[in-house]
Amino acid sequence: MGKIENLGRRAFLATASATAGGMSLSWSFPADAAAAGVEVGIWAVIHPDDTVVIRIARSEMGQGTLTGLAQLVAEELDCKWSKVKTEYIAPEINFAKNRAWGDMSTGGSRGIRTSVPYVQKGGAAAKAMLIAAAAAKWNVPVAECSSADSVITHKPSGRRLRYGEVAEAASKLPVPADPALKPQAEWKIAGKGVKRLDTVEKLSGRLVYAIDVKLPDMLNAAIAQCPVFGGKLKSFNADKIKAMPGVRHVLRVDDVSVAVVADKWYQAKTALAAMPIEWDEGPNAKVSSASIAAFLKEGLDAPQAGVGHKYGDAAGAIAGAAKKVEAVYATPFLNHATLEPQNCTAKVSDDGVEIWVGSQNGDASLAAAAEAGGVKLSQVKVHKHHLGGGFGRRGQQDYVRQAVLIAKQVPGKPIKLIWSREEDMEHGYYRPITQAKMSAGLDAQGNVTGLHMRISGQSILAYLLPSRMENGVDPVQFQGLIPSEFGYLAIPNLLVDHAMRNTHVPVGFWRGVNVNQNAVYLECFIDELAHAAGKDPLAFRRQLMAKNPKQLAVLNAACAKAGYDKPLPKGVFRGICQYTGFGSYTASVAEVSVSAKGELKIHRIVAATDCGIAVNPDQIAAQVEGSFAYGLSAALYSECTIENGRVVQSNFDSYEVARMADMPKVETVIVASGGFWGGVGEPTIAVAAPAVLNAIFAATGKRVRSLPLKHHDLKKA
Amino acid sequence: MITLNINGRSHQVDADPETPLLWVLREWLGLTGTKYGCGVAQCGACSVHVDGAVMRSCQIQVGTLGKSKVITIEALSPDGLSHRIQKAWLDHEVPQCGYCQSGQIMAAAALLKAKPNPTDADIDEAITNICRCGTYPRIRAAIHAAARGAKA
Repeated sequence: MGKIENLGRRAFLATASATAGGMSLSWSFPADAAAAGVEVGIWAVIHPDDTVVIRIARSEMGQGTLTGLAQLVAEELDCKWSKVKTEYIAPEINFAKNRAWGDMSTGGSRGIRTSVPYVQKGGAAAKAMLIAAAAAKWNVPVAECSSADSVITHKPSGRRLRYGEVAEAASKLPVPADPALKPQAEWKIAGKGVKRLDTVEKLSGRLVYAIDVKLPDMLNAAIAQCPVFGGKLKSFNADKIKAMPGVRHVLRVDDVSVAVVADKWYQAKTALAAMPIEWDEGPNAKVSSASIAAFLKEGLDAPQAGVGHKYGDAAGAIAGAAKKVEAVYATPFLNHATLEPQNCTAKVSDDGVEIWVGSQNGDASLAAAAEAGGVKLSQVKVHKHHLGGGFGRRGQQDYVRQAVLIAKQVPGKPIKLIWSREEDMEHGYYRPITQAKMSAGLDAQGNVTGLHMRISGQSILAYLLPSRMENGVDPVQFQGLIPSEFGYLAIPNLLVDHAMRNTHVPVGFWRGVNVNQNAVYLECFIDELAHAAGKDPLAFRRQLMAKNPKQLAVLNAACAKAGYDKPLPKGVFRGICQYTGFGSYTASVAEVSVSAKGELKIHRIVAATDCGIAVNPDQIAAQVEGSFAYGLSAALYSECTIENGRVVQSNFDSYEVARMADMPKVETVIVASGGFWGGVGEPTIAVAAPAVLNAIFAATGKRVRSLPLKHHDLKKA
Repeated sequence: MITLNINGRSHQVDADPETPLLWVLREWLGLTGTKYGCGVAQCGACSVHVDGAVMRSCQIQVGTLGKSKVITIEALSPDGLSHRIQKAWLDHEVPQCGYCQSGQIMAAAALLKAKPNPTDADIDEAITNICRCGTYPRIRAAIHAAARGAKA
């Protein structure tokens, strides 16, 4: 593998830093030091002072993937962890080198687990090259040499060479295709709770997110998109605002949006708000949450539905059961509400298109910029920045496309497009709205004879990726319910199906995707069944999980840590749940109290996760804690409702989220049972809401079957 | 021209007096450590200190500041790391995406100044900033740790 032409990129950074004042990136270093580093293989650049720069292809949005991936490379490379830095590989370089660094998309909790084979191999290959170079220098067999902490030792003679001393020679050697990997038992860096590599610059305000980019001659754009999905931009009166401070251009962006370009973004936003705009609201202007709810309700009993998991005869078993239990659940649309609003800076010139962006998918950003710019993929440069939150939103490239469409009309000038919070709230790719009708039969002893779970609602794949539909069925709809994931295989008869009811509201992948809704439906209903059977919720689940030892072990671990068999303080009640998704098994126990006035207090959460192999236990704990904050926001407060075809909520005053006072103590139990690589960023979100809802039932006798909780009066009946 | 005292220095700014301090910091002065999250005082990502009190800079018109002294995250400590809150944040690995953390740190620093030994209830009341990644438990732990360190 030859040298990668990325010195130009580094030189650019150095220039931007000098001219724009304060543009700095955590992984940048002086241009002269960069020039001295050499690539050993494609995943590591090694400097004479033993600094190792590890290449990162996935995106860092807070989930710690950057550090975890670096740990895996560094482990195999045997380099000194304190001298590790990281840099993003640019999407255009990945494209030019036939995607040598693999898939850049960062979602589905895949960042680490699907990168594992090639990043480990990359580190091991570099180590083999360094050892080979040292052995050649000493003229000794490779087998007599060993490596540790960036030093190669010739055992018989005790001679030592630092990585920095042999990197140049190593870089010229062929990259071994199949280097040996270390047994996990020998790990010293991977598997440990080492500190994140990206913390320091987040403490001083120095980290440059895409929204902070500063470039010479840069202008700023604010955008307004038709508030009714499916509507169009009819007209706007630019003359009214042209004289306002800083305003340079008023531009039609596409069929649905208009932008004001000004010296400062605040000026652009202020002028845009003052501009008369007429919208053609289109065919959806009368759609409301009520009409959508009725549309979904019809699907609960519709004869036709796509099947996700079926064995036995659920309908027959339920019909013939001693006791029949039925309940209908509902969850709303939700916005990702990343705290950094969507934004992208673009420059279009004769040379092509250059963008600065926080994206969950560098490859897709490259493609979107090329398409919007009308240039070849090879004419696009993408500067990836750390994301101020992603949660699935920044896998979509709408804001990239818009930035390029605006910049195309102002050639030669970088244009920074920032969405206002209001635009961000009203133009998401929302977590889909669904309802579920749960039906089950119990025999005279309280055993479940059959379960039917009918989901009705919107499909993500039908909207975003119709090519991935399977015979008209959206497989993502059944997350956690398919044969390899469903936790209650001892239920003798089962039917899980989905009546697809697509609305005009755009939907997308929201942290945890459908495990969120599915877990609420299934885990709360299992609790209802336990209650109807007169059994303890844990004992009841244990019986149904007899064929699911992995899931049961995780549930048991959570309950053991929580002290399930011990009494709680007076007035405190417990709820439990378990779920499977993204390759990991999770369970939680919530302890809550509800005051006489109906005020909920969540005192404690114990969450267990089996992700197979744990790369960084402290960051797993951080993701579990974060999953609860995100999941409890959805459980307690958040919803996007629709009136007149548009989203009603426009900012954090109406789209409420969990804050410090809502957040319980979260105790994480990592059950790393080994042998597989499960996801971490999303799986645990499944068990945030159901445990709390089940605990609320224990406390109040009230079964909450629709979210958010803020609409329910929890005062004891 | 408006004269502002930011981070111990006097700045002349050619902005409309109604412009929010947040945007003057970010766009006129290039101090992008202070973040835009909502523009309506809900999220706290734009928190700065004005004469020692934590305030949401999206709600302060620069024309009203007069001689007030503004401190932003960039000047909380000389090296960006040595304030006891920053140290505690590093020890507890608080940030995830980090976007809200400038505001969280400014709010926490102001809290410790006002209440050197805050209770959980004090923290609940003072730290109302939004963190979508959910670093709240670590923020709480880090504030307590910083408070303990100060007494030692």
